[in-house]
Amino acid sequence: MQVAHELAVSCRGVTKTYVSGSTRTEALRGIDLDVLSSELLMLVGPSGCGKTTLISVIAGILDQDAGTSIVFGRDFKSMSQRQKTAWRGAHVGFVFQAFNLLPALNARENVAVPLLILGTPRREALERAQAVLADVGLSDRGGSLPAELSGGQQQRVAIARALVHSPRLIVCDEPTSSLDAETGKTVIELLKETAVAPNRALVIVTHDSRIFSYADRVARMDDGRITRIETQRTAP
Amino acid sequence: MNFIALKMLMGDRAKYIGIIIGLTFASLLITQQASVFVGLMTRTFGAISDLGQADVWVMDPKVQFVDDVKPLSDTRLFLVRGVEGVQWAVPLYKGLLKARLENGNFQTCIVFGIDDATLMGGPPQMFEGKLEDLRRSEAVIVDLNGARTKLARPPLEPGGASRPLEIGDSLELNDHRAVVVGLCGVTRTFQSQPTIYTTYSRATQFAPRERRLLSFILVKAKAGEDPAALCRRIHGQTGLLAQTSTEFQWTTVKYFMKYTGIPINFGIAVLLGFLVGTVIAGQTFYNFTLDNIRQFGALKAMGASNATLLRMILLQALLSGGIGYGLGVGLASLFGRVVRGTELAFRMMPQILMISGAAVLFICMLSAVLSIRKVMKLEPAIVFKS
Ligand SMILES: Nc1ncnc2c1ncn2[C@@H]1O[C@H](COP(=O)(O)OP(=O)(O)O)[C@@H](O)[C@H]1O
Ligand SMILES: [Mg+2]
Repeated sequence: MQVAHELAVSCRGVTKTYVSGSTRTEALRGIDLDVLSSELLMLVGPSGCGKTTLISVIAGILDQDAGTSIVFGRDFKSMSQRQKTAWRGAHVGFVFQAFNLLPALNARENVAVPLLILGTPRREALERAQAVLADVGLSDRGGSLPAELSGGQQQRVAIARALVHSPRLIVCDEPTSSLDAETGKTVIELLKETAVAPNRALVIVTHDSRIFSYADRVARMDDGRITRIETQRTAP
Repeated sequence: MNFIALKMLMGDRAKYIGIIIGLTFASLLITQQASVFVGLMTRTFGAISDLGQADVWVMDPKVQFVDDVKPLSDTRLFLVRGVEGVQWAVPLYKGLLKARLENGNFQTCIVFGIDDATLMGGPPQMFEGKLEDLRRSEAVIVDLNGARTKLARPPLEPGGASRPLEIGDSLELNDHRAVVVGLCGVTRTFQSQPTIYTTYSRATQFAPRERRLLSFILVKAKAGEDPAALCRRIHGQTGLLAQTSTEFQWTTVKYFMKYTGIPINFGIAVLLGFLVGTVIAGQTFYNFTLDNIRQFGALKAMGASNATLLRMILLQALLSGGIGYGLGVGLASLFGRVVRGTELAFRMMPQILMISGAAVLFICMLSAVLSIRKVMKLEPAIVFKS
């Protein structure tokens, strides 16, 4: 039995300072944030306020300097890099602003990548990838290379890739910023439709205020801190 | 993940071709130069390998290689014949004599004088005439290549083609008349002078008068006799240097390696091929990895372990290496075919293929190691950088 509002992510006092040469940038100055296990949380705020840094910590691809980040009960601090990598492969889906599809692979193969990383046999992985491509409305573009797809289509392939292995956490960094307003809207609707599920947390970083309304909650950030968390009354 | 690695590699067409070209170039140059080198070295002992009937060569202890003749006195032959385990021992004259051609020019020839009685030590191959014809007076056998080129007679009319020396033609060897009774095939020698065979006694008449004229004693071991042991026994009883055919070939090769610049020249060419190949292939491969670093980062973020990425990069390097090696060795053998039968020496031994294979593998691993280091240290967080 899953409890509806189990905690997916729990950050306490998370700090991160980038040091490059003599300049130090305090990107996170003590973050306290909870993400519920079935919600869509948007992380918003001005450029440079630390949003990307925060979801990198949450997704386990960046180590914080201090504080704890517990994701589905696992404390990353106590895990080796190898364990974290394996954990990410099994439980995290990524959507990037720059899509980050492999240009030499066609859409279906790109979607299959997380399954292949997990060791799924190639044929089975490709079959499941094709099915998920259909879910994002691209059943007929499985054989196309990323270069042959529009930006919106590429991001849909990326969403399919984030979904294909049924991860419990999906992180999206500015998924609509590379797209025009209309395409961005359809992409976010698609995310809302396909990615939100019981027992799956979705964290979307954005500064596109037009899509805030799709969130269950909006966490506002400024200068490395969470300044306010709003619960949306009416999600469309 | 393997097919992803391969698609990544081939997807970057320009770099893929660059890597392959670098590796092809390296393996071609290494294989081709080494084969020419081995070909040349094989020629240095052509006189030994052509004389397949002899197991052991007996010579003056100071002889350094096959062309370094230090004559023995004829009586030594009987001493060697007396050694236990010797089936037969025959004299061999080997010397350089001047042949006077019809047009008045002189041509230095390698002259072999073989045992009058048994005719042991004759040419490996007869094209025209018979070895026994050497028993006729003034008879010599000339190598076909020499007969067609350096010993050829002048054209009948000016501007015409020169005429190869034929059976029945005569020439003058050191002011002695000699008649061609046969044409033979020999391994092209290092100095590529024409080779002439005659009997031992006639050769010593042709040769300038010297106290000693016996160049080598050729020995056949009795059946079941170990040639190396026989060599030791001959040395012990006669004080002469005795070497098996193979030993003497190596002695000769080593002499050329040590006292000529040939190995260094080829060594430099091989090294150059290796270095240029390494630079082109290594550099391009590293650039390929750098260009795709975001892709590797994305794979890492999505849970690909360092071990997986390492395997992918190794596979990419090995595939490129395999193709480059195949093309390079293929081109080198093509070169070998094209130059077959020309003046150029070319001998592609299995060992050469192994060495160039190892060199290509080394280049691939070196390129891969640089790339692997980069990818291992890669922070997956770069994937979020736009
Ligand atoms: N790898 C890095 N090295 C140094 N400074 C960095 C690095 N990544 C981000 N920063 C800095 O940290 C701050 C927060 O960055 P980021 O988390 O990317 O913000 P956001 O995603 O909200 O735009 C910025 O000032 C940025 O310049
Ligand atoms: Mg950002």
